Amino acid sequence: MKHVLRRSMIRTLGAALIASTMALPAVAQQQPAAPAAATLDAIRARGTLICGVNTGLAGFAQPDSQGVWRGFDADYCRAVAAALFNDPNKVRYVPTTAQNRFTALQSGEVDMLARNTTWTLSRDTSLGFDFPAINFYDGQGFMVKTSLGVRTARELDGATICVQPGTTTEQNLTDWARANRVNFTPVVIERLEELVTAFVAGRCDAYTTDVSGLASTRSAQARPADYLILPDVISKEPLGPLVRHGDQRFSDLVRWIHFGLVAAEELGITAANVQQMAANDTRPEVQRMLGRNGDLGRMLAVDNAWLVNVIRAVGNYGEVFERNLTPIGIQRGPNAVWPTAGGLQFAPPFR
Amino acid sequence: MSDITLNAAAANPEATPRNPPVATTGPIAWVRENLFSGWLSTAVTLLLGYLIIRSVVGFVDWAFINAIWSVPVVNGVAQTQSCRELHGAGACWAVVTEKHRFMLFGTYPYDEHWRPAIVCVLFVALYIVSAMRRFWNWTLIPIWAVMLTLIGILMWGGVFGLSYVPQERWGGLPITLILATFGLAFAFPLSILVALGRRSNLPAIKVLCVLYVELIRGVPLISLLFMASVMFPLFLPEGMNIDKLLRAQIAIILFAGAYLAEVVRGGLQALPKGQYEAADAMGLTYWQKTGLIILPQALRLVIPPLVNTFIGFFKDTSLVLIIGIFDLLTAGKTAIVEPAWQGFGVEVYVFVGLIYLVFCFAMSKYSQALETDLNRHSRR
Repeated sequence: MKHVLRRSMIRTLGAALIASTMALPAVAQQQPAAPAAATLDAIRARGTLICGVNTGLAGFAQPDSQGVWRGFDADYCRAVAAALFNDPNKVRYVPTTAQNRFTALQSGEVDMLARNTTWTLSRDTSLGFDFPAINFYDGQGFMVKTSLGVRTARELDGATICVQPGTTTEQNLTDWARANRVNFTPVVIERLEELVTAFVAGRCDAYTTDVSGLASTRSAQARPADYLILPDVISKEPLGPLVRHGDQRFSDLVRWIHFGLVAAEELGITAANVQQMAANDTRPEVQRMLGRNGDLGRMLAVDNAWLVNVIRAVGNYGEVFERNLTPIGIQRGPNAVWPTAGGLQFAPPFR
Repeated sequence: MSDITLNAAAANPEATPRNPPVATTGPIAWVRENLFSGWLSTAVTLLLGYLIIRSVVGFVDWAFINAIWSVPVVNGVAQTQSCRELHGAGACWAVVTEKHRFMLFGTYPYDEHWRPAIVCVLFVALYIVSAMRRFWNWTLIPIWAVMLTLIGILMWGGVFGLSYVPQERWGGLPITLILATFGLAFAFPLSILVALGRRSNLPAIKVLCVLYVELIRGVPLISLLFMASVMFPLFLPEGMNIDKLLRAQIAIILFAGAYLAEVVRGGLQALPKGQYEAADAMGLTYWQKTGLIILPQALRLVIPPLVNTFIGFFKDTSLVLIIGIFDLLTAGKTAIVEPAWQGFGVEVYVFVGLIYLVFCFAMSKYSQALETDLNRHSRR
C-alpha cells in the first residue's frame, strides 16, 4: 500500500516537473525569427522592422503623452521602415536598457538598434555587430553651476562629480582623472532624472555625461544661465545605429539611408520639396538619388524611389536634427554637414 | 420593607445617576492623562502637535492650494513655465493630467486605451470574485479561464475586429497586474508542491525541492530577471525568441514560488504531529490527508506571512524596469523624461504610489478579515 502510494506520488510530481520543463521550448517555437544571414528577408517577410530603442532619453527616443515613440533615433527607425515598405509606421519599437540592448540584437529579438550607442572596436568585432554609420558625433563633457567659478575641467580637482554607472562615461571619467592627476569623489546614481536632481540640489559640484545630454539637461532648467558646460571634451563618442554581423545588404541599406539623409540636406532636398525635386530637378546627383536615373535603389535591394519615401517620411538629416535635438538645446556643432556647413557629417557620392 | 428601601434610595441624593466628573473620564480626561500628564509629556505633545500641523498645512498648501492642475500645450510641447515658477511651493499636477494615460497604459496605441482599461477592471473583478468565499470551489477555475482568455483577447487583439497589438507595446498598470497576478497565481500552487516535496521522505524529490528553493533564494530577483532577459536568449538557437514579458513572468513565478514554499512549509511544520497521525489512522491516502486535513489548517496558520509575501511581490514586479518592460513605475519614470516635464518626479511618484497603495492596502485589509473569519473557532 505504502509503496503504491509512493510510486503514484513520484509519478505525479515527475509529470509535473517534466510538464514544466517542456513548456519552455514549446512556447519558444511560437515565434520563429530569421537567422542573421537573412535579416533583410526576415524583415520583409514579417512586414515590420523591429527596432531597439532607449527606454527613454529626451530628444533621442522617448514615448510622447500618447505613447508614440519620438526622437532622433526613433526617426532613424522610421527612415529604414520607409525605405523598405514606403510606410514609416511599420516599426515595432522595443525599449532596451543599457544592459540588455546587445543581447537583444545578438539574439535576434530586434533587427537593429538605434539607441545612442558608441561605436567602439570591441563592439564592432567581438560582440558581432556592424556600425553602418555615425549619425551623431558626441563627446563627454562637464557641466557646473556658474556660481562655482570653474572655467575648465582641470580646475575640478577635489570636486564631487555626479556620474551614471555602467556606461563608458564612468570609465572615461576615471581615465581622464588619472591622466590629468585630478582627484575627485564620484557620486554614482543610476537613473538620469535622479542624477540631475542630485546635481541641481548641489549634491555634487559637477555633472558629467555626453555633451548632448548636458545640453538637454541645461535647457530643461528654470534658468539655464545658472549652468555652464565646460569647453573640455574628454572623449570621442561617435553614436550610430548598429546591426548584426552577417547580412551585409541590411547594413548597407542602413548606411546609405543615413548618407541619403545627409546628402539631402547638402543638396537642399526637404520633406516639403522632395516630390517636386524628384520630378523636376536637373542636377544629375539629385536625379540618381531620387531614382529618376540609374538603379541605385535596386543595388540596395529596395525600390528605386527609396530616398523619396524616406525623406517624405522624416525629412533630411537637418530636419530630423532640428525636430528632435534643437528643441532640447543641442547645437549642430560637429554634426553640421560637410562641406556646406563645415561639420563632420559627410556623405560619399551617390553614384 | 421593600417600599421603604426604594424610597430611601430615591431620597438619597448619592443614588441619583450623575455624570462622572469631567476630569476623570471622557475625551478631556484621556487627553490629560495621555498627552499632558507632566511637564515633559506636555512639551513633547506641543512640539509634535506643532510639527504635525505644520507638515499637514504645508502638504495641503503644496498639494492643493498652490497646485497647478493643467498647463496649455502648444504644438505638442507643454508650456510648463508656470509650474517652474512655483519653485516647489506647489505641486504641478499638470504632469499627471497630461501624462496619466501614458503612465497607466504605456505605449499601448492611444485610440485603443479602452482595451487595457477594461483589462484592469476585469482584473479587479477577478480579485473580488476570487476573494468571496462562496466562489471557493470548482467554479473558480472556469471563471479564471474565461477572464484570462478575455484579458488575452483584449490585450493582444487580432480577433473580433480588434487590431493586433504586439506585446512590447503593452505597458503601465496592466503589465503590473499581469506580472503580479500570474506570478502569484502560478507560484502559489508551485510553492505548495515544493513545500510538500521538501517534507517528503522520498530522497530524490526532497533533494530537488531543497535545491530549487536554496538556489532561487540564493540569488536576488534582479539577477534572475537578468538571466531571463540577457543570458537565456543566448542559449537558444539564433532566431528563436521567447517573448520578453513571458521570460520575466517565468522568472517571477520561479522566484515567488521559492519564497512562498518556505512560508507554506512553516505552516506544515507548525501543525501538531497528531493531525498527521490521526489522518493516517483514518486510512486517508496521502493526497486526501494533505488536501482535507493538513493544508486547510497549515494555510490558515500562514495567512499573514503569505499576504506579506504577496504584497512584497506585487511591488517587486517594478524591477522589470531593468529589462526594459514598461510596468506602472517605469511608465511613470519615462513620463518625466521629456524635457518639458523634467523635475516633476515627486508628483508622478505620488500618483504611482497611490495606485500601489490602493492595491496593497486592499490586500492587507482583506487578509485581516479573512484571518478573523477563519480563526473564529479559536477566538476566546
